[in-house]
Amino acid sequence: MKAPQFDYAKPASLAEAFDLLERHGDEAKLLAGGQTLMATLNMRLSQPGILIDITGLANLAALSGIRAEAGRVSVGALTTHRQIERSELIAQQVTMLAQAVPHIAHIAIRNVGTFGGSIAFADPAAEYPVCAVALNADIVLVSRQGERRVPARQFFKALYETDLKPGEMVARAEFNAQPPGYRSVFMELARRHGDYAIVGVAAHAKVTGNLLSDVSLAYLGMGGIPMLARKAMAALEGKAYAPDTVAAAQAALAGELDPSDDLYSTTATKLHLARVLTGRALAALTQPGA
Amino acid sequence: MNARAELPVVAPGTRTDTGYIGKSIPRANAKRLLQGRGAYTDDLRFPRLAHIVYFRSPHAHARIVHLDLSKAKQSPGVIAVFDGRAIATVCTPWVGVLGHLKGIKSAPQHPVAIERACWQGEAVAAIVAETRAQAEDALQLVEAEWEELPALTDMETALAPGTPVIHPELGDNLCFHRELDTGGVDDAFSRADLVVEETYHFGRHTGVTLEGRSIVADYNPAQHTLTVYQATQAPHMMQDVFSRHLNIPEANVRVVTKDVGGSFGIKVHVYPDEVAAAAISVLLKRPVKFVADRMESFLTDIHAREHRVRARLALTKEGEFLAFEIDDLTAIGPYSVYPRTSGIEGNQVVNLTGGPYAHKQYRARLDVVFTNKNVTCQYRAVGHPVAVAVTEGIVDLAALKLGMDPAELRRKNLIADDAYPCTSASGMKFELLSHHQCLDKLLALMDYRKLRAEQAELRTQGVYRGIGLAAMIEVTNPSPAFYGVGGARISAQDGATLRLEPTGMVTVMVSVTEQGQGTEAVFAQIAATVLGLTMDKIKVVTGDTEVTPYGGGTWASRGAGIGGEAVLQAGKALKSNILDVAAAMLNVDKSTLDITANEVFDKITGATRMPLSEVGRVGYFRPDTLPMTFQAELTVTRHYTPRTYGFTFTNGIQASLVEVDPDTGFVKLLKHWAVEDCGTVLNPMLVDEQMRGGIVQGIGAALFEHCIYSEDGQLQNGNLADYLVPMSGEMPDMLIAHVSSPTKTSELGAKGAGEAGTAGAPAAVMNAINDALAPFQARVTAQPFTPEKILRALGKV
Amino acid sequence: MAGKRQTAIIVNGVTENRAVEPRTHLIDYLRDELGLTGAHAGCEHGVCGACTVRVDGQIVRGCLTLVVQTDGKRVDTIEGLSDSGELADLQKAFHEHNALQCGFCTPGMLMAAQDLLREKPDANRDEIREYMSGNYCRCTGYQAIVDAVEEVLAARKQGVRA
Repeated sequence: MKAPQFDYAKPASLAEAFDLLERHGDEAKLLAGGQTLMATLNMRLSQPGILIDITGLANLAALSGIRAEAGRVSVGALTTHRQIERSELIAQQVTMLAQAVPHIAHIAIRNVGTFGGSIAFADPAAEYPVCAVALNADIVLVSRQGERRVPARQFFKALYETDLKPGEMVARAEFNAQPPGYRSVFMELARRHGDYAIVGVAAHAKVTGNLLSDVSLAYLGMGGIPMLARKAMAALEGKAYAPDTVAAAQAALAGELDPSDDLYSTTATKLHLARVLTGRALAALTQPGA
Repeated sequence: MNARAELPVVAPGTRTDTGYIGKSIPRANAKRLLQGRGAYTDDLRFPRLAHIVYFRSPHAHARIVHLDLSKAKQSPGVIAVFDGRAIATVCTPWVGVLGHLKGIKSAPQHPVAIERACWQGEAVAAIVAETRAQAEDALQLVEAEWEELPALTDMETALAPGTPVIHPELGDNLCFHRELDTGGVDDAFSRADLVVEETYHFGRHTGVTLEGRSIVADYNPAQHTLTVYQATQAPHMMQDVFSRHLNIPEANVRVVTKDVGGSFGIKVHVYPDEVAAAAISVLLKRPVKFVADRMESFLTDIHAREHRVRARLALTKEGEFLAFEIDDLTAIGPYSVYPRTSGIEGNQVVNLTGGPYAHKQYRARLDVVFTNKNVTCQYRAVGHPVAVAVTEGIVDLAALKLGMDPAELRRKNLIADDAYPCTSASGMKFELLSHHQCLDKLLALMDYRKLRAEQAELRTQGVYRGIGLAAMIEVTNPSPAFYGVGGARISAQDGATLRLEPTGMVTVMVSVTEQGQGTEAVFAQIAATVLGLTMDKIKVVTGDTEVTPYGGGTWASRGAGIGGEAVLQAGKALKSNILDVAAAMLNVDKSTLDITANEVFDKITGATRMPLSEVGRVGYFRPDTLPMTFQAELTVTRHYTPRTYGFTFTNGIQASLVEVDPDTGFVKLLKHWAVEDCGTVLNPMLVDEQMRGGIVQGIGAALFEHCIYSEDGQLQNGNLADYLVPMSGEMPDMLIAHVSSPTKTSELGAKGAGEAGTAGAPAAVMNAINDALAPFQARVTAQPFTPEKILRALGKV
Repeated sequence: MAGKRQTAIIVNGVTENRAVEPRTHLIDYLRDELGLTGAHAGCEHGVCGACTVRVDGQIVRGCLTLVVQTDGKRVDTIEGLSDSGELADLQKAFHEHNALQCGFCTPGMLMAAQDLLREKPDANRDEIREYMSGNYCRCTGYQAIVDAVEEVLAARKQGVRA
């Protein structure tokens, strides 16, 4: 399983990176952590003419670092999963990411894999995209023309397809710092630790006593993109956490989640698991200390 | 849990002094592996080494209409390209049949297919290049035109009229059929108070050795010699295969096996792409290497265990088993694998079902059918996991229907410990087993009563735990009854040569091989004990047909029992010869001397007389000082093969404790226990770890592992992300204990232990899951037990 | 198409200057170019962990790492960490517990174990299992590995390096 031949360039500036992207077009693939890309190359599922290694741009503020400013937290594209895992800032202000990151593969992968890589590749079972959608984050893209901002809820369009245009790369994502009174829960079901999950749920809401408001509920593995469950959210909005509220949210899911059969789980099973996970996530959301 | 292995220091009934036998000594040969300084086949370096990749059929069944290798030949770094016809000029085909499997049939198989590919992944051309990467580049330039043929993938239709026959000259898709009937079965079922029936499915899966299959073949045309470095369990068998199929005299073929990164039966078979590698070396007259990468491994390493078994058990209302009946349908690939055949696994299911129990009536039917999926053959525990799951599953179902505790039902029916020797309903001869002792020990070890009480309590809280038991018998130390009688040139005997070195060390050369289970360590322990040496004086050599005696290698849990006995006998003989020299040097009666701690000493006075190095010095350099008629013989070889019993059976019992989440169908493995009787335990730490490793493989089969094929014969999950192997996060701690019934067929008394874990674990886990699901009247019977299957059984989807 | 690129990589403390093809991954470079065969390729898609080595102090999957990406970086392999003695207590514990059989997973397993000892010195048994769950072992059933790591964790906490 040896990768096919390709050329390699490591630009020292964004301008150089854009030059390379423009020159090579479809033949170019961006390389950051490479934890997904290298596997596909070793399997010869992809044969790019050139890899553009953007890790040389890690010193650029525009692409890296975890920063808090004016109620917003930005996570640079070149931030590794491990840096997110270790970040006090993320743990406190974008708690959902901190809850999600230990589910990503294993330490050796997390040491190298990047936030931007996960967002750009948009695997439907990946953790960050569903968190970005649940938290209504903005994805910031950068190109020769400058920065462009796309809400996460519009960025993921179809299976492995995002709003990234040719000549663009993911620069960072911007999250709202978790306001007081808000809680988040991230849960996923995987048969082995570190596997891509069968189904996962990212839940975020303001919890006052047992009243839920400003509810966000998004799912991974339940469609080609992270699925924001608007009907289920509506069934919870402003309501008290109670068995019939939960049941209403669970019932709404069938209408808006679209999982496909895979090797091990049918659509029916995935929908069932999504319902079960929803119940558990809502229970956790409303427990003290969540 | 830090509990070390149990130490049965003295094996009752044997004449062997304990010394190092029975001690948990760490393996000397593990040190180099801990430093990354092992020598696996892919680590070795050769001048002008060329690399092979195979162009493999993308279709499950297709005629090769046209193959154009010309562009590939021009690719940078490519040395040569070969199609099946080119390979056939130096290599003859083979057929995987044996005489004792009556009626077994299979078609001739070439190392590289010539007219037709019969499974997805079958090699149809070879590309040889300076580097593997360049060979893979060239692979993309191969142009092939195929005529797709119907692919047979559903074994249930294999024998139906109208289903295309894969090999028309064979007449049908039946490889092997067997029926066994003790008589009186229908009578037993009609007079039974209770008949339970259930059908079990077993998902095809594979060994997934971490080191891929590896071979370097080096043909020297000037001497007409072939040296092969191969990760194989059976170097002498391979020596014979290369010799016959490449027409090179046997003594001119040398097979060397260095470190092997896991095998479990995967690397004991003859693989077309490995034989082709040797053929390519003959054609190119230079060393060539082939290593199967992970995706190739999934496509072409032997698969195993695709069975559908219908089972029935007749019993009285008191719970006495009257009769077992099974109907086993199993799918193999398009060829029976050479030379051990793909009929053995099903044959074992017939031989072993019901094995632990005292019933007399049994009827079994076996159909082994060809399909256009990868070939299948012996993989760790061969047939046992199926037989044990079927037996223990139906026994548990019977317990459920009777409202009887499963342990009690087993106690009523396990063959009594004093009933031996005896013969099973299927004709298996048992020397001495210990089912009841093992059951008692297990129930005590796991505190069965406490677990049942906990289970009941937790059920009231909506927590569903299950306890599953699995009693078993296991084939070890086989005689030629396994293969030799059928005409296979597979040796069931092994030899050990022990040589005293001048400095007083002893080199032990044995024909059994090492794949990490510790055969070399165990041989050192035996040799040191018998000779009276310390362990640091022993060096063990295995895996070289030019160095060791001729033998069978490692398979069917025979290494320690058979190889160990050869070492013991050779050790005794060498000791005698050493004392002959010492007695001559000292001019005393040999019977007054003995050896301990590397020194010859006087048994009567206790005084040390000389170090062994002195015997070595005189024996090798100063024989002129010994009596005129005396010839020192300080190298001794002994061989051993089991004679009295066709198979030396062991027995054991396992238990699994699980918690099933009825909402998600997820199974959490809480703990696992095994009580194993493998006779004399040579190194408890090594044996217990073989048990644990084997159990985890069995857990893999029960919960995770499945080679999933589409209807048109495409393997859907041939990579480690989609094929799930057990990882540490989901595995339980496993407590192992022993009972010891040594075999009297050898002085060592050791039976085999390498496969028992895998044999019993799937049954224990299945029974545990079903026990957990019992309150819901749900049962699962198709392995692997995925959340999907459990949810379906629960009616949740 | 692609020419070789010059690299200077500090492997086990020694700077290696080599021209490499961009497509070469770190394991093939270590094994074929430098003859350091302790790191193994078990799957070449990042799942089995047999290729785990250390780059700039962090464990990575060598099979998913391009050599050209390690230019100027420090690479530590099992050979280097054995010779330096850094893994001595782990290796001894592994040996005594027989936390290896065929040894193919062992270099990667030791790398992961050492990382755990450094990053999570208070890990309990479940956490050890979880941390090591990225390294496939087919032989041992994992228990002896967990036992060995547990023993070294306890010893290091007491300040005892055996």
